[in-house]
Amino acid sequence: MANLTLVQAINLALAQEMERDDRVVLLGEDVGVNGGVFRVTEGLAQRFGEHRVQNTPLDESGIIGVSIGLAMAGMRPVPEIQFDGFLGPAYDQIVNHAARFRNRTRGAITIPLTIRVPVGGGIHAPELHSDSPEAIYAHSPGLKVVMPSTPRDAKGLLTSAIRDPDPVIFFEPKRVYRAYREEVPEDEYTIPIGKAKVVNEGDDITVITWGASVFQCLEAMDALPEDVSLELIDLRTIDPIDTDTIAASVEKTGRCVVVHEAPVTCGLGAEISSRIQERCFLNLEAPVQRVGGFDTIMPYYKLELDYLPDAQRIGKGIMECLAY
Amino acid sequence: MPKTTVYTASIENLQILDEDGVLDESLAMEDGRPILTDEQVMYLYEQMWIGRHLDEVAFKLQRSGRMGTYPQNKGQEANAAAAGLAMKKGSDYIVPAYRENIAMHMHGLPYHYILLHWMGDERGNQIPEGALLTPLSVPIGTHMLHATGIAWAFKLRKEPDRCAITFFGDGATSEGDFHGAMNFASTLSVPVIFYCQNNQWAISVPREQQMNSPTVAQKALSYEIPAIQVDGNDVFAVYKAVRDARRHCVRNGGPYFIEGVTYRLGDHTTADDARRYRSDEEVSVWAGKDPLIRTRKYLVNREAWNDERQFELENRAKKIVHEIVAAAEGIEAPRVSDIFSHMFAELDNDLRRQRDTMRTSSIGQDPSQIGLRSQPQNA
Ligand SMILES: Cc1ncc(C[n+]2csc(CCOP(=O)(O)OP(=O)(O)O)c2C)c(N)n1
Ligand SMILES: [Mg+2]
Repeated sequence: MANLTLVQAINLALAQEMERDDRVVLLGEDVGVNGGVFRVTEGLAQRFGEHRVQNTPLDESGIIGVSIGLAMAGMRPVPEIQFDGFLGPAYDQIVNHAARFRNRTRGAITIPLTIRVPVGGGIHAPELHSDSPEAIYAHSPGLKVVMPSTPRDAKGLLTSAIRDPDPVIFFEPKRVYRAYREEVPEDEYTIPIGKAKVVNEGDDITVITWGASVFQCLEAMDALPEDVSLELIDLRTIDPIDTDTIAASVEKTGRCVVVHEAPVTCGLGAEISSRIQERCFLNLEAPVQRVGGFDTIMPYYKLELDYLPDAQRIGKGIMECLAY
Repeated sequence: MPKTTVYTASIENLQILDEDGVLDESLAMEDGRPILTDEQVMYLYEQMWIGRHLDEVAFKLQRSGRMGTYPQNKGQEANAAAAGLAMKKGSDYIVPAYRENIAMHMHGLPYHYILLHWMGDERGNQIPEGALLTPLSVPIGTHMLHATGIAWAFKLRKEPDRCAITFFGDGATSEGDFHGAMNFASTLSVPVIFYCQNNQWAISVPREQQMNSPTVAQKALSYEIPAIQVDGNDVFAVYKAVRDARRHCVRNGGPYFIEGVTYRLGDHTTADDARRYRSDEEVSVWAGKDPLIRTRKYLVNREAWNDERQFELENRAKKIVHEIVAAAEGIEAPRVSDIFSHMFAELDNDLRRQRDTMRTSSIGQDPSQIGLRSQPQNA
């Protein structure tokens, strides 16, 4: 066991997969000697050589496009897109190419590809450095979307993603890159993609979230009246959604709040609440409540904390749902 | 002849004022006088000095927690200053990246707007009426297309004496949109100047890793755009190149490409530590090519500058920058409802409801259903 931050756990997973499998190559802007702008690839170029930790030209479409080619030809590319907002230029390669090859070639060509992307707000960053676009990619068929919140989950899920035969977008909540440490097994292990985690068991209400919002929800939970028994679920994988874990919980509690940073409209909360009414309609005591970002552009940082769901707003959502 | 050469290309490099502040008279003189008068050079020097001082203060603001991430312009000032002077204020359009503070200021943006932007405040982008600028561009390499579109509008409306200039880094030339911008500009033949501030680095990626071509300028040739490389730390060369490019664009209607060879003397931004990837020796070589030093030497040689003037400038710069910081920090806090205010010309019902209940509701559920009343928010 080692006491690691999220950044360190991801770094360790990358190193172990590179050690284990020569086909694993990292590429992206500044991932080489500099170790990435968040230092997630720190030391890897020095250890494995710059040919396996390749600084690329400043071209997100290019980064994903060549990664697709690498994957087709038998490599296991792990490209990094420097910030959530810069997925934009890569969108076409991700959604129209990486996601479609298996299906359009009826399985003849597959794309094992893990796209790492720091995601989310709350770090006082400039514009386009704080977005939460996970729903866009969950909506796009042919992609798996993962967003761990803790070091231990990150290591296990990244290992699974790299070994997965299909394209995975691996979102890293940058707000908690260094905020929390956790005991992480140093040996390699995997956590299955598509499995949510019950962070806290409870009977009165289910709160479903992922990424950095997990910590906001924990804070909200601490501030609730003593007698409220809350079940907190960290989704961990956004696509495919672990509907079974969600349904089992809501069948028990009858109430549910979904929390995410992304705008509420067409956010994952909409999909989750729809699944809940499909699976648990007769168990519901209240409409599923969503607490999310507003349907606005992510504001610059002076107002970002007013935009992001915080413990107070989440707490209010929980109380509203309980009061219904 | 079965085999002929169908295309040959070359790129010229222009330097007029060398590192020691010595002017190449043959290149600098036009009609018997230097292309920049002493007054103009002094103006540029002062603008660069004030810009440099602001840059240093901005860095300190970030370090002391009074501002967010900031990208220093240090070392590159001659590009923005001399280009800014060569463009026509009030009719030309400036489409910057984020190391052109001086040009933005010259073309009508109050300096404290730039600080506001980096203080995480969109009001820093609220370009004042009459200033023909787009805001600082954080996304790399996307805005050159916008400049091309602006220039196209000039052409469509047959506005004769107008031109757009767009600035971007060496790294930006790797993005597909950069090539799209040049191809559009070339095929549509519109008056836009592409100005690449080749500062040798894109964060930690050196120019040689970014591109295999020895110059950035040659990329323009493949779009049949005339191109020149200039010493970007030389106000004369930059001024002449941009002035001539502007004449070309306005007269012939097509685009022009300028590569300013310069150097980022600071870290990429305040979030970066350049010592991780580049040597002190490299930095000190370029520190010797500092545009401020050579411009001052030139002026001193011309007896247009002395220690007294320098002293006066430094004091003035301090006062000006002090006022800029005060203006940026003194602005009232943004209203929380401003998150919504500028989403559309007219807000739809959802956005209005979210705005009006953002303090009272967790959103997603009609508060009236559970007996909670939505109150007008007063933030
Ligand atoms: C589309 C996009 N990708 C990545 C980034 C992150 N990023 C910010 S600045 C930068 C390097 C830019 O280099 P260059 O174009 O040479 O400009 P310079 O900073 O050197 O002036 C990168 C990769 C970004 N802002 N936008
Ligand atoms: Mg650069």
